[in-house]
Amino acid sequence: MPSLKDLRNRIASVKATQKITKAMQMVAAAKLRRAQEAAEAARPYSERMGSVLANITQAIGGGGDAPALMTGTGKDDVHLLVVCTAERGLCGGFNSQIARHARDHIRRLLADGKQVKIICVGKKGFDILRRDYAAMILDRIDLREVKTLGFVNADAIAKKVIHLFNEGAFDVCTLFYSQFKSVISQVPTAQQIIPAGVASAPAEAVDGGNAVYEYEPEPGEILSDLIPRNISVQVFRALLENAAGEMGAKMSAMDNATRNAGEMINKLSITYNRQRQAQITKELIEIISGAEAL
Amino acid sequence: MAEAFKFELVSPERLLVSEQVESVVIPGAEGEMTVMAHHAPVMTTIKPGVVTVKTASGGEERYVVFGGFADIVPAGCTLLAESAVAVKDVDRADLARRIQEAREDAADAKDDQARSKAEQFLSQLTTLEGALLPA
Repeated sequence: MPSLKDLRNRIASVKATQKITKAMQMVAAAKLRRAQEAAEAARPYSERMGSVLANITQAIGGGGDAPALMTGTGKDDVHLLVVCTAERGLCGGFNSQIARHARDHIRRLLADGKQVKIICVGKKGFDILRRDYAAMILDRIDLREVKTLGFVNADAIAKKVIHLFNEGAFDVCTLFYSQFKSVISQVPTAQQIIPAGVASAPAEAVDGGNAVYEYEPEPGEILSDLIPRNISVQVFRALLENAAGEMGAKMSAMDNATRNAGEMINKLSITYNRQRQAQITKELIEIISGAEAL
Repeated sequence: MAEAFKFELVSPERLLVSEQVESVVIPGAEGEMTVMAHHAPVMTTIKPGVVTVKTASGGEERYVVFGGFADIVPAGCTLLAESAVAVKDVDRADLARRIQEAREDAADAKDDQARSKAEQFLSQLTTLEGALLPA
């Protein structure tokens, strides 16, 4: 049975922890709002990019002059996975969810006899995947020093991927990140970025797509400029969604922790009071029985 | 009074402009072009340069863009810029850094095609700097 002093110490320490988790929750809430705003501000660009891309692919009509980034190498042997996770922990199952999703995918690919290469964005995913697949990790990208996520960060990652593609290091590239559904729900997602899926181009194209466009320079040339940019945009969107998801997950994790600490304090206080009362009773009994003995 | 149309200037980070305008001057890859209402559908890449927007209310705004492309339809014009800032907010250090990077790119280019591309980009940037300096 812990002594009264021990109990007092424990209550004090749990209270201190509760204060920290509470503060972290509030910080995450503030950051979440900012991350959400950033994600929303970036949405118009990626939407327009999608519709422009749909228009232009329709104009080319999947002809022979589409760049390799779009049609792929024609093979399906080497897969590159870009796994985006957070830089910090303490956000519930956020990082492990993404890593698990990636790991399942890797297992499936390996079972099919494919070769797998990995690029990790963010420290946590690297830490998890390193345990099993250290030999496959080509590179890790650290965004720890980055205060506000800019397009340049995403662009750098995309350039690296495209550079590898041009060297013929892989055939298919898939991006892993967590889609931000709401504060309490983030869905780990796999998105293929190379070869770029053209499934997004519906037959009756976006806003007057049947208008005859003039292209300046040639459509093929625009497309070869557009596709790398589109990859950067996809990566950027993934990073922003991740940032918002991380903060959401952190907020709910810290909320849970604060609540648990509160419950623990309640339980400890009850034990503490009960024990104090027991001690008082014991002292009284001693005094009374002492007086009776006289 | 020319007819107004919808113009949008979007960078990956945010939507900069979305309003009714009278005309827009775009630094297209194959020369500057002025877009007005009912323009024929054109899609063009843009080079680093200044976009001049004449709003329907009569004001004039200038933005510096670094590459991107424009999608022009009769009903409006969307400019997707890789990076865009209002001329008055241009960061000279940033511009100098981009020029420096372009110079390095041109120096390490492996084949002639890449080099001429990098050099072209560099000359566009320096022209842009020249155009901005007195402003």
